[in-house]
Amino acid sequence: MKWFGKKKKEDISPESETVTRGLLIFADTGTVMRAEQILKEENYDIKVVSPPARYRTGCDLCVEFPLVEEPGIIRILKKLRSAPIEVVPESSNRLRPQKLCTVKDFGEYIMVRAANMKITVDKTTKRIVNISGGGCPDVPYLAYEMVGKSVLKAPKPSAIGHTLCAYALNTAHEELIELLESK
Amino acid sequence: MLLMAGTIPVRDLPFVLGPIELVEENVMVGGQCLDMNRGTASMISAACAICQEYGLKSAVGIVAGDIGASDGSAKIYDYLAGNLPQMDVQILTTHYIMPDIKRNKKVLEKIDSLEKRPVLIADAGGMYVAKAGGDAGRYDLFTPDLGELAFLADEKAVHPTYTRGFISHMEDDVPELISRAFKSKNVARTVFVKGKVDYICQDGKILETIDHPNIEALEAVGGTGDIITGIISGLIYAGKSHVDACRIAGMVNRTAGKLSRPTPATQVKEIIRCIPAALREVKDRLCRK
Repeated sequence: MKWFGKKKKEDISPESETVTRGLLIFADTGTVMRAEQILKEENYDIKVVSPPARYRTGCDLCVEFPLVEEPGIIRILKKLRSAPIEVVPESSNRLRPQKLCTVKDFGEYIMVRAANMKITVDKTTKRIVNISGGGCPDVPYLAYEMVGKSVLKAPKPSAIGHTLCAYALNTAHEELIELLESK
Repeated sequence: MLLMAGTIPVRDLPFVLGPIELVEENVMVGGQCLDMNRGTASMISAACAICQEYGLKSAVGIVAGDIGASDGSAKIYDYLAGNLPQMDVQILTTHYIMPDIKRNKKVLEKIDSLEKRPVLIADAGGMYVAKAGGDAGRYDLFTPDLGELAFLADEKAVHPTYTRGFISHMEDDVPELISRAFKSKNVARTVFVKGKVDYICQDGKILETIDHPNIEALEAVGGTGDIITGIISGLIYAGKSHVDACRIAGMVNRTAGKLSRPTPATQVKEIIRCIPAALREVKDRLCRK
């Protein structure tokens, strides 16, 4: 879904590589996940990265963005009630959340793992049969909300989750849907 | 007292502190009925099953509702930081909880001030916050799975989701990951690595591996790692050494898994139900040796 119909940006490298980037700091990881979705759908050149040490609690993300686009980004996020609590001008090579997925085929079932999170579905019914791994409080909550439902109809972890474990589960969930749709 | 702390994924569940009891399909903490099929409730159910088998005084649970907003987690950290000196805790196990480095450090400061330091066991968020805060060395026992071991082995990662790719790719070489984690001082003194092969490590050395029975379906079942942490906690409470507790827990978990005849769709409560029978089978096996 596109929120404001912004056109995809043209590649303007190598100049783009020298643009100073900033960090959007949010109150919680759930808002980061929503902001990431909004800004990606608007084709902003953003990355989800680890926050600076002074903002770190142990389970957090922030959004790295081109500083020159700050006004537009803030306007969109404010309209969609996902505004950051702070904007920090800072360029860096920060750690990024892992997007690598591994797949295990159990025959009747298939399991996808991203970082510390695993999701398993029945290949025939597409029903989610198990969610495992993780350590943040919303992991068991996500399991309650998703297990037993069709992988295509279950709520997305990015929509109802709050933590980095939810972020990893969302990565596995997206990969699983792609895998099932490609078969 | 064996004190087991963690959040429960129920919005608005109040903070509860009280004895843990198994009641049919559920587990009770201080009279509050919890579904044993997920997270902290699975862990404390497993510990309770072990306590019952050994005829021990009930473990005590400290739980609060939290679905990711940190509210219940904050109540647990704050209660521990404020009340540990009055509680006579021999073993403290921390589990699903929002990593909050500052609050956890306050709990650890309080523990340091106690005359008799409890055994500290951590899994899930309790382990993430220990490592992220640079406090892993203050703990006695961690129970990571392979993904979490890679996180412990990556000195830069503050959460498993940030584990760098080149370290994640080392998961086929578990001894190397264990070595990295111990060298960077990001682990507790004793570590039980849960996986296709379980590794029991202490002071940087791999002491034992457990690989039988090998039931592949268990990897998909949410909660199997949680029950290992609970079983280890119960066994240490029963007086076992940390390494013996890990050894027996690894065998009991695999045997309970086998007895439940699992598929990747099995729910963990079906395995928890088999823990008492599995413990008896493992005790018999060890006696015959």
